[in-house]
This record gives sequence, C-alpha cells and structure tokens, in this order.
Amino acid sequence: MSIFEVRHLSKRFGDLEVLKDISMTIEPGEIVSIIGPSGSGKSTFLRCATLLETMEHGTMKYQGNVVCEERPGHGAVYAPGRTLKKMRAFFGLVFQNFNLFPHWTVLKNIIDAPISVQGRPKEEVLAAAKALLKRMGLESKADAYPCQLSGGQQQRVSIARALISKPQIIFFDEPTSALDPELTSEILKVIKDLAAAHMTMVIVTHEIEFARHVSDRVIFMADGVIVEQGPPEEVIGNPKHPRTQAFLRKLSHADN
Amino acid sequence: MKWSRLSLILIRGFNVIGLLVAGYLFTKLMISSIDWEWLSSILIQLLKGFGLTVAIFGFTLLFSMPLGMALCNVRMSRLKILSWPAKLYISIMRGTPLMLQILIIFFGPYYVFQFFNLDISLSDAYRFPAVIIAFSLNYAAYFAEIYRAGIESIPIGQYEAANVLGYSRLQTFFKIILPQVIKRTLPPVTNEIITLTKDTSLAYAVACAEMFTIAKQLAASQSSMAPFVAAAVFYYIFNFVVAYVMERCERKLNYYQ
Repeated sequence: MSIFEVRHLSKRFGDLEVLKDISMTIEPGEIVSIIGPSGSGKSTFLRCATLLETMEHGTMKYQGNVVCEERPGHGAVYAPGRTLKKMRAFFGLVFQNFNLFPHWTVLKNIIDAPISVQGRPKEEVLAAAKALLKRMGLESKADAYPCQLSGGQQQRVSIARALISKPQIIFFDEPTSALDPELTSEILKVIKDLAAAHMTMVIVTHEIEFARHVSDRVIFMADGVIVEQGPPEEVIGNPKHPRTQAFLRKLSHADN
Repeated sequence: MKWSRLSLILIRGFNVIGLLVAGYLFTKLMISSIDWEWLSSILIQLLKGFGLTVAIFGFTLLFSMPLGMALCNVRMSRLKILSWPAKLYISIMRGTPLMLQILIIFFGPYYVFQFFNLDISLSDAYRFPAVIIAFSLNYAAYFAEIYRAGIESIPIGQYEAANVLGYSRLQTFFKIILPQVIKRTLPPVTNEIITLTKDTSLAYAVACAEMFTIAKQLAASQSSMAPFVAAAVFYYIFNFVVAYVMERCERKLNYYQ
C-alpha cells in the first residue's frame, strides 16, 4: 500500500488558484524530489500534505487512512481532529528555517513531543534521542541551546526532531535554502544517509544536482500543476516539456 | 561588561545617597534643627502606610497580570463580537485617568444603590478593595497590550512546528509560546511595575491610608515638607529593589535568544 496518496488536490488563496488538480502517490522507500520555480505551489503542496493548510478539494490518505475526502457539493471533508492528531505521527516535516524552540535545549527539542504528545516512556525516548544525536554527529550538543549552533547543526537537530517520532514519511521544505554552500552539503549528506536507510522522503529543493543523485523520481511543478515527472535522468537529464526545459536552462545559466 | 555593571550599581548607589542627602538638607531647611523623636514618629507612621502601599502593589500585580492575559486572548480573538468589546475596554481604561477610575469604582456603587432605592451606605472597609479593583482593571488593560505585542512577535514558524509535532493548542501556548513571550515582554512589564509603585499614591483620592495619603496628612498637620521627602525616599528605594529584581530575572532568561 502506498504511504501517501493524494487525488485531485486543489487549493486557492482568495482568487488565486495555487494548486490545480494535483494527484500523487508515494510508495514505501521512495525518494521524490519536487522542483520548480518560486510560486509554483511546491511549498503549498507540502503544507497541505502536512496539514498546515487545508485544501478546498481532493482526497488525501496516509497508508490508506483517510485524512480528507472529496464529497460532491462539500469539497474536501477532513477527518475529525482526533484522527488528524493520530495522523500527524505518520509524517515529519523539516522546515526551511528549522523552527526549533529557542528556549529548549537540543535534547528537549527532540524528546518533548514524543513524551508529552505521544505519551512514550521517557527512558525509551531518551535512548532513541541519544542514538539520533549520535547519528547526526551532535552528541556533544545535547545540552546546547539552538542559538549556540550553526545553521547546519540546527537543521540536523530539526531532522532528528522529525525522526524520533518514527514517521513513515518525511517531507523536506527547501531544507538547505537558509544555509551557505558548506552547510548545505552537510545537510545533503544527512539526507543521503536517510536515503540509504530507505526512509521515504519528499524533498522540495532547488538543489537540482542533489535531486538528480538522490531521488527515485523527480516532479517538476509550475503554476500549480505537475508539468512533468519521472526518473531524474529523464526529467532533469532529458526534459520533454518546454516549461521544464526553460526552467532547467535558466538554472544552469544562473550557475555559470 | 563587568565595568558597566559596576558603574551602573555605583550610579544607582549615588542616586540613593544623593537623594538621602538632598532629603536631609531639605529637611534641615524646613526646620531649624532636626528633632529626631519627631522624625522617627513620622517615619513610623509612614512605614505603616507603606505596608498598605505594598499591599496595593502586590494585589494589583496578582490580579492584573492573569486578567491581562485573559483580556489579551479575548482581544486577539478572530470573532469580532469578542475582540471588539475587549478593544473598547482597553481603549477606555487607557484613555481615562486612573484616579477617575478609582473614584468611579469607589463612589459608583453608592449611586447605583440610590437608584434602586436601597438604603446601603459605603463602609470604610470598601476603600481598600475599591482601590485594588480599580488598579487591577486598569493595569490589566496595559498588560493585555504588552502581552499582545509579545505574542504577535513570536514567529509563525513556532506555531507551525508545534502543529506538525502534534502539540495541542493549549500545549503550544503554555509550553512553547508563553515562555518566549515572558522573555520578550519582561522589559515593558518592568516599566509597568515601576509605574505601578508610584501610581499607588493615587489611592489617596479615596483616602485609603497608604503611604502617600499619610504623608499628605502629616505634611498638613505638621506644616512640614519632611513627610513628603521621606515618602519619596521610600518610593525610590522600593523601585530600586524592583528594578534590581527584574534585571536579575532578565539576566536569568538570557540563556537563549
């Protein structure tokens, strides 16, 4: 069964239709990159998927569990709050700006939600957090505050914070856009390690080369629709749609 | 860092000493020679009033700070039917003199009773509660606006991260938002608290026997400025302590940005 499934998603902000009839399924272990110009609706799509925004139309499921369902005349009807709360444990979201809680230590940032939201035993969570910190190379930073860390370290903490809830899928919203090139590679390495461990991931990114290397599938979005999708060597290596070609050409010009 | 702190303490210290010296000289000017027995009797009477001053101060903070938080939540409600009355309330409380509000709270019930032909007279015991009610209602309005500024300054990303992690709205507010709001609003809250210390003197409007009321009575009966000077010294020392404590609190919360 697919981990994530969305059908005929549409979303508008006032008169502006940001997402138009988006459908997508993500299979277990799959790594999908979403690329596209600013304002193409990539981030809004991620925000709909992670319940930060509600969509007007469409059906969305996590592992077959209905988050919202299209009903004729009503649009997308969401499941009751209790169900949604449970659903939040299915996914994790890594933000562009990390959004760590500044008044808590690194360790507290990671362990608080599993303990006080999911009600997991403290000892088990602590052990898991220590293992995650080790995996992220941050063992020595457990008692530091976010403001004492570099951007790359903060982003690694926020990835650990997402991982500790044992999500079935993790969404990354431009995880390196707030970082300089050196720190970017630090985060990309973490994501590659997760890929090697078969974590299911959806990554919105501007790092085209990275998307080419890490993903099983690349989705190109523009103006609220999925223009083209497929294996990276096709979408990035040999794009068929003129819109994709124009976008990639502009990027390579910007690089030179 | 150390030097600036030291100089700050020194400047504060000199301020106190300066005020004491000024008070002493002033007193000396007012009367030909200092009658220590007379002075100590004044101080003792003022100290009795000072107890009431501190009580007004303490009770007002105790009631107005949580009340301000509740008011702030109503004020920030998306429902116009809730936010609009809160806005009006804050506007009136901030837009009219506190002394007037004290008078209305104290004398208002009398006119209400009279309107309903009830033969109830105001007891002396109502003076203090009336002052506390008026102060709390007034300061709640100011605190509500301070809290609102603090809450609105928290980045939206904090709410979103909490939302994705599954925190409930109450958990988000109390665990994540409020601690950051407290840190951010500490300087304006300190301002408000210091103003409150001095505002307690307004209670003399309804002859509540706090320090300023007593100082005024003593000044009149003794034909001397000394009670006022002594009261000024008491107010200053009290605020000096308040400022010091709040500074310590601020420094304690400086462990993060």
